[in-house]
Amino acid sequence: MRKLRLHPCGNYKESYADELAIFSSDYGRLWSLAGIAALFCAVPFISPPYLLYVVNMIGIYAIAAIGLNILVGYTGMISLGHGAFFGVGAYAAAVMSATFNVPFLLSVPAAGLITAGVGMIFGIPSGRLKGLYLTIATLAGQFIIEYVLVHWEGVTRGTEGITVPAPTLFGISLRGDIRFFYVIFAVLALMIWMAVNLIRTRYGRAFIAIRDNDRAAEGMGIPIFSYKILSFGISSFYAGLAGALWAYYMVSVTSEPFNLSLSVEYIAMVIIGGLGSVAGSVYGAVFITVLNESLRWLTDLMMNFGFITQSGLNMAPLREFAFGLAIVLFILFEPRGLAELWRIIRSSFRLWPFSY
Amino acid sequence: MDFFIQLLVNGLSVGFLYGLSAMGFVMIFKSSSVLNFAHGELLALGAFVFLSLHSVVQLPIGWAFLATLTGCFVLGFLIERFFLRPLIGEPLIYVIMLTVGLAAMLRGLLLLIWGGNLRTLPDFLPAWMDIQSGWLRIPPVYMAAILVGVLFLVLFGLFFKYSAQGIFMRSVADNQRAALSLGVHVRRVFALSWGIAALVAGMSGIILGLMNGISVHDLSAVGLKVFPVVILGGLNSISGAVIGGLIIGVLEAFTGGYLSPSLRDVVPYIVLVVLLLVRPYGLFGLVEIERV
Repeated sequence: MRKLRLHPCGNYKESYADELAIFSSDYGRLWSLAGIAALFCAVPFISPPYLLYVVNMIGIYAIAAIGLNILVGYTGMISLGHGAFFGVGAYAAAVMSATFNVPFLLSVPAAGLITAGVGMIFGIPSGRLKGLYLTIATLAGQFIIEYVLVHWEGVTRGTEGITVPAPTLFGISLRGDIRFFYVIFAVLALMIWMAVNLIRTRYGRAFIAIRDNDRAAEGMGIPIFSYKILSFGISSFYAGLAGALWAYYMVSVTSEPFNLSLSVEYIAMVIIGGLGSVAGSVYGAVFITVLNESLRWLTDLMMNFGFITQSGLNMAPLREFAFGLAIVLFILFEPRGLAELWRIIRSSFRLWPFSY
Repeated sequence: MDFFIQLLVNGLSVGFLYGLSAMGFVMIFKSSSVLNFAHGELLALGAFVFLSLHSVVQLPIGWAFLATLTGCFVLGFLIERFFLRPLIGEPLIYVIMLTVGLAAMLRGLLLLIWGGNLRTLPDFLPAWMDIQSGWLRIPPVYMAAILVGVLFLVLFGLFFKYSAQGIFMRSVADNQRAALSLGVHVRRVFALSWGIAALVAGMSGIILGLMNGISVHDLSAVGLKVFPVVILGGLNSISGAVIGGLIIGVLEAFTGGYLSPSLRDVVPYIVLVVLLLVRPYGLFGLVEIERV
């Protein structure tokens, strides 16, 4: 057995392989494995049903947020249509399973692929546009997709929505939070693994080059249009996969949740978590979901106080306010997000007593 | 034919209001290249503050109007001072997201204070604004919109062309660093442009409210419809904003009248995507060609 490596106290990398390593010490790898084991063995059994539901939602949102981070954080293209792509995935899975009886194992990746195709179509403007203009184009994409989801009644059944039949996986019926927990987090683990490794390949490096300086990237021979489209495709694939899981988990699919505020929530996850960090997307998903749920709990609590209900004050907008405030405060005080905060905390422990 | 003319008139008048709402937006973009996602909320804020000053504080209309405009100006100033200024020089995504966060904050605040219901503003426009010639009648609200629109158009045109501050603003928009090195007070330019933009937004909000009544949700939807308008007109052209507004308004009216009412709200965005692919700098915008 080889010797376990500890964190060095400086940057002593000697080869490109060291530079590309995901875990800089073996303890990082061990801790991650321990964390995953604890997550899979303990969490579903000790948490009450409501908490497990929140955890499952975090898992689904985290998958989509990783996808958005590949687009925004690594390729540098701001998309305001991620919520709509999530919806496309949800509808694709719902239509496939309700109308065509496609099995779960096939319909989820297929929904991802369909969404990737839609995402690539809406990524075409990126060939000519960048920055602000591209953001506005994706905003338009959000509204157009939303319109199609509501009005293409032959397929999406309009405002009535689709009820998704109970899925089965290898002969086991998937109903109930615990079974879904395993499916969602297995997919999440796979997707994190894929994203982390994608960034290390030539594709990931090309994305980062485009983000840092698109002219230089083009000059170095990266065909940036096709890479931008690819980035849109991968990002939408993640969104579609998450949407498909969401559709199965939520049982009934209507078009209301996939509006602009969902897209804004995804952007907020990516920014609060940390742009250009896969772990950051997960932190962001945790933060936003927990914030949403605790604000809901808080407003429900306040509604029960007699004097507030009597004064006719509606507390629901308070959620929106606090949500906006969280985004604003993060951008003003820690624009690199939770991932950066975590890094600072860790390194100050590591460098103690000489931390700075 | 009557139907056609009626649609045209409706479209033009709604379009003029779009153009009016887009002016403040273009103002901010022109001086600091910031896309303001909170624009709809600024519109709503102006309208609601006016309503409260008039009906709760019982100020006379003229004073309420002046107080609202001053308040909006100060608010724009404060928003710039506390939220936008720390971000000077930061990447675009943070600035965009900040205005998105700001929009959520303001919307929450507005809903908390005034609720989500539709309110109506008192009708205070003088009778001479009601113009009737033959079969064509222009209601006073439209007349007011046209007057205010033309007034701002002329004022802004002169301001950007001749006043020192206006020229500073254009220089900052063109190249922030070069402007700084030539001694332009960039921070003051930003503060001023946000103040003016909020003022214009408040004014447009009041006029929009006179026409359709005010509700937070409707006005923030108008704030998003500003995007197709300004892209069509060109992001840094104030007269382009008005013309873009007119075109989008007419297009909406015709789509609603001839095709289907549900397509009405999405058609501006379809135009937007096509336009971005064909002519991203809009009809009157500054042509910057960069092929990467």
